[in-house]
This record gives sequence, C-alpha cells and structure tokens, in this order.
Amino acid sequence: MQLSREDLLQAYRRMKTIRDFEELLHDEIQTGEIAGFTHLYAGQEAVAVGVCEHLSDDDKIVSTHRGHGHCLAKGCDVTGMMKEIWGSREGLCKGKGGSMHIADTDKGMLGANGIVGAGAPIAVGAAMAAKLDGKDESGRLKVSIAFSGDGACNQGTTFEAMNMAVVTKVPAIFVFENNHYSEHTGFEYAVGTQQDIASRAEAFGMKVWRADGTDFSAVHDTMSEVLEYVRAGNGPAAVEFDTERFYGHFEGDPQRYRGKGELDRLRAERDCIKKFRETVTEAKLLEGSDLDTVDAEVAKTIEEAVAAARAADRPTPEDVLADVYIDY
Amino acid sequence: MAKMMYRDAVRNTIFQEMKRDDSVVVLGEDVVGGMGTDGGPEAIGGIWSTSTGLFGEFGADRVIDTPISESAIVGAAGGLALCGKRPIAELMFADFIGVSLDQIWNQIAKFRYMFGGKTRCPAIIRMVYGAGYNAAAQHSQSPHAILTGMPGLKVVMPTTPADVAGLLREAIRTDDPVIFMEHKALYGIEGEVPDDPDFTIPFGHARLTRAGEDVTIVATGMMVGMAEQAADALAEDGIGADVIDLRTTSPLDEEAILDSVEVTGRLVIVDEAPPRCSLATDISALAAEKAFASLKAPVQMVTAPHTPIPFARELESAYLPNPDKVEAAVRKALAYS
Repeated sequence: MQLSREDLLQAYRRMKTIRDFEELLHDEIQTGEIAGFTHLYAGQEAVAVGVCEHLSDDDKIVSTHRGHGHCLAKGCDVTGMMKEIWGSREGLCKGKGGSMHIADTDKGMLGANGIVGAGAPIAVGAAMAAKLDGKDESGRLKVSIAFSGDGACNQGTTFEAMNMAVVTKVPAIFVFENNHYSEHTGFEYAVGTQQDIASRAEAFGMKVWRADGTDFSAVHDTMSEVLEYVRAGNGPAAVEFDTERFYGHFEGDPQRYRGKGELDRLRAERDCIKKFRETVTEAKLLEGSDLDTVDAEVAKTIEEAVAAARAADRPTPEDVLADVYIDY
Repeated sequence: MAKMMYRDAVRNTIFQEMKRDDSVVVLGEDVVGGMGTDGGPEAIGGIWSTSTGLFGEFGADRVIDTPISESAIVGAAGGLALCGKRPIAELMFADFIGVSLDQIWNQIAKFRYMFGGKTRCPAIIRMVYGAGYNAAAQHSQSPHAILTGMPGLKVVMPTTPADVAGLLREAIRTDDPVIFMEHKALYGIEGEVPDDPDFTIPFGHARLTRAGEDVTIVATGMMVGMAEQAADALAEDGIGADVIDLRTTSPLDEEAILDSVEVTGRLVIVDEAPPRCSLATDISALAAEKAFASLKAPVQMVTAPHTPIPFARELESAYLPNPDKVEAAVRKALAYS
C-alpha cells in the first residue's frame, strides 16, 4: 500500500463514517422514526472508499439502491444526507429523494438509484461527456463509474451499457460489488454461469480486474491500475470486488437465507474495517491510538448529524409542487 | 422564409444548434448509419434522413452511432445531460419506448425532482410515431398519452415544418427533459420555415389553424390535417370550426381550448391513439370540469379503437380517424339539442 499516513487516516475516517452511519440507521429504523425503505452498505466500505479516494469532483459515479456508502465516499455531506434520510427539507434533496435517491451532482455523485441496473447506462452517458471534454494538461480523462451489484449484473441494461461503452470507447468503469446476494437470492443461483461477474464483462471486450473487496489496499491498488488504463483513453474497464453485506437486503429483512453462524463468521473474518486496522497497525503505518481518535471523532460527527436531522425543518405541503420542472 | 420538408426542418434545426452550441450531442441507432460496413460512415444518415451530414460535420464524439440498445441510448442521454451536455437521443420508432421506459419514466423524468431541484436534465428524446405506413402493431403507435402522463417530461408533437423548427429549437434550449414526437407520415410535407436562427416557439401555446364559431376541433400531428379537411368541408355548409393544433400535450394550452369552447359550446377531439385513458379523454375531462356551463352538446371523441394497430391497408384505414369521421362527429354534436 503506497499511501501516506494522512491518506490512510482519511480512508479510515471515510470507511468508519460509513459504518457508523449505517449502524446508527440500523438502530434508528427500529424506532420507526425513519420512513421508507433503507438498504445498508455496512460491510462493503472498503470498496466505495478504495474506489472513490482516487476520484475528484469532476469524476462521476452512479450508485445503487444501496448507495449511502458511495455517497459518503464521494464526498456528500454527512449531515445533509442524514437530514435527507430523515425527510427534512434541509436534506441534500430537500426530502424529495430519501435513502434511495441521494445525489449531489456538484460532487460528481449522479444519484443513488431505486431501480436495480438502471445506473450503468447513465454512467455510460457521463463517460461520453467525459470523452467529449477530452484530456486535461497531464493527458488524463475524467472517468465515470457505475457501481453495480451481483443483482444488477443480470439486468439487460447492464449488458447494453457494457457493450455500448466498448463500442463508443468511453472512459467508463463498471465496478461490480459481488456481495453474493441479489436481494434474497444467492449468487450461485442467479448468475447462470456460476462463474464470476468479471468474466461476463470480459466477454463484452473489456479489460477486467478482480480483487478482494474486504481488503482496502487491494481495492485501492487495483483501482490505481484500472484508472491509469481508463484515464489514458484505452476505453472502458470492469472490476469485480468480492465483498460482504452485513445486514439484510433492506432493513427489516429477516435474512432467513443466511447460513448458520454466517454473519458472525463474516464479522470475524471478512470485516474490511477490522482488517484495515490490523494491517496498518501491524505494519506500523498507523498507531491504534490514531485510529481510536478517528473513531471518537466519527462517532461525534454521526451523533451531531442525527441531532441536526431531528431538529431540521420539515417540508411543507407546498413543497410537493416544487422542482418538477425548471419552467412549465 | 425557406420552403422545406418536415424531415429537413428536423435535420437543419439540429445542424444549426450543434453549430451554435458545442454541448449539443446526437445519439441513436444508425444516426450515422453504415458504421462497420464496406459502405462506411454515412452510407445512410439515419433511416428517416433526419441526421444526414451531421457526422461529417461534427464527428463521432458528438454524433454517436449506438448499438440497438434503447435503454442504454436513453440512459446515456440522461448521463450526458446530468454532465452539462444537451443530448438529442433518437428512438427510431416511438414504439421502442417499451424497451427504454425505465430510463424515460424512472430516470430522466425524475432526476430534478428526486434530487431536490439541484440538477437539470436537458435531454431530448426524439421519437418517430404514428400510423399511415402499414407498419402494423409495433411500428405505428402514438404513445403520447403515456408520456404526457409522466410528471417531469414535456411532450411536443409538431405538425408543420415551421413548428418542427421552432419547437425543436425550443426543446434544445430548454433545461427540462423533452419528448419530441415526429409523425412519420408528415416527414414529406413541405412548408415555409423562418430563416431566423433563433426562431423558437414557446411550449404550451396552441396554434389556431381554422377559425369558426360553431364547433371546436382539437387535434395533434397527422390528425390536424384531417381536422382541417373536415373543417373546410363543413365551411361549405356554412358551419364554422376552430381547429386547434395543440403543438405540445405537456404543457397543455388549456386556455386555448376553454376559450374556444366558451364561444362554440361544442368540442370534438381527434386522437390517433386508442380511446381509453387517452389525450382525448383527458381533454374531454378538462371540458367537463372547466367548461361545463358552455357545453351545448356532449363532447365527441374521434379516436382509434381499443385494438392494436392492424397491418392490411383496409384495416389500418378502418383503424385510423379520417376527415369523414371528424365531419360526422361535428354534425352529431351540432344535431344534439
């Protein structure tokens, strides 16, 4: 791992922010205070952060229904997101989007998306725009990243998008987060080849990479290679990260499809944050106390965000009519 | 003014706007045509000749010839629009909204609202619609009602070459997503188009093509010509008709319809689509709700039947509205007492 101390601390802070954000939501949802459907990203933090730490606001991402982690990793405001999930008019989307539609185009975050597989075509369009804008002074293209799960890899839209990206040779990156469950159905059932997803992308004519999505440094290092290839103008690429989902498909999912002891085993052996701590402290890159300090700061940030969300203005009935059109 | 065909008004307006604004981009199946063949790029400039010459002038990054992947075409238009471009996507047939509806309905129509008004999505989805070519059930439909019912979209249905130019330029310059419906049977009609490179027609303003005090006939697209023929025949019997070409179904020029009905007291709606949950029923409801006291007769709807569109010439003719059916509907309204 070729990262500075500051970079490592920032990556850890972002991963821990996602984890605490999601665990807090898991608890708060039980109280009934939060409306709607919520899909938690906990367990997959190393992917979102390992990918997005390479990106600037000019690079775009399109996310999924399980989008909180991508939003936070791409720089969306923690409090703005919390207010959105609470349905406040002060939220990032004024309470119009909620958990499944958080977006912040100023940050290059083109939206979480409630429709599985819908994001990949949008990301290809963003990549077309990046190609049109051309390379910067250092000869690098902006990129557009489509996050998809193993569920979305079965949607025709994803196939269409991959082929179109290859045909038009645009700087798109298809990041497949294989958490082994498409909603409540196992990967081995739903992906007919029972092989990995990357080989599908490869069949569309893309260069592909594979890495352990619970290993931050593996994700980060892999993305260095992927981005170097795509930013140079070689066309699209795909990467598959093997990762784990610590909660259900949605909050309230009884998860009866899980094996006995599965979640305990995943938490013990496949927790990307735990692994990160172990790796960086054993390699003496960071001290445990550095990380403890970050933990305390993140806990405070989340606590303050929730307090702000609870206190934030509620939308009014008139707000229903706003922002359908710019001019009508 | 320059005389040109409806299809040339499409192509010329896109050409002029691409010259004016680098952010305007075209994408769709065969918009270049001939890619990957011995004939080479532009062997065909779109099957409707609405993109001829664009590729040669603007190149592959701005005239993007796509595979047959309608979801990805519309979705890519959405992504381009979110990134500050002004994409004009083409669906070769409006019937293909079936394979791209999620991107139209759940994505581009809703980005601005779902994202709290923070973003804009100036995407245009051009689509070629309508019967008259005996192209049967999957290449002849007029799906404007479905699209008009989707909040977030604007829906444009030009009838004349001048309206194509003015409304398409308005669509390209507006910041909301627009469905631009071009009737395939109108592509060959000719008309005068203003030379002004900034000629636009604002949405939501209907065009009165005939004026009369006895009946109001509301129509769109190819139905406008039928309404005009009926009105001209009725005029010979001293019956005067307002013929209103809506131009856009979203936004809808309610005022033009209601003002006319207030004078005539009789309303005939001509709609190329089937009758249920349609533009015709929508405007009928508008009259019932807001012009009830003015009505002297039940609203008459001249529509296609509740069937798919048949192939054979005789069957397609029977399926479609025609001037005789419109005239009969007017006379029925006039006979009511």
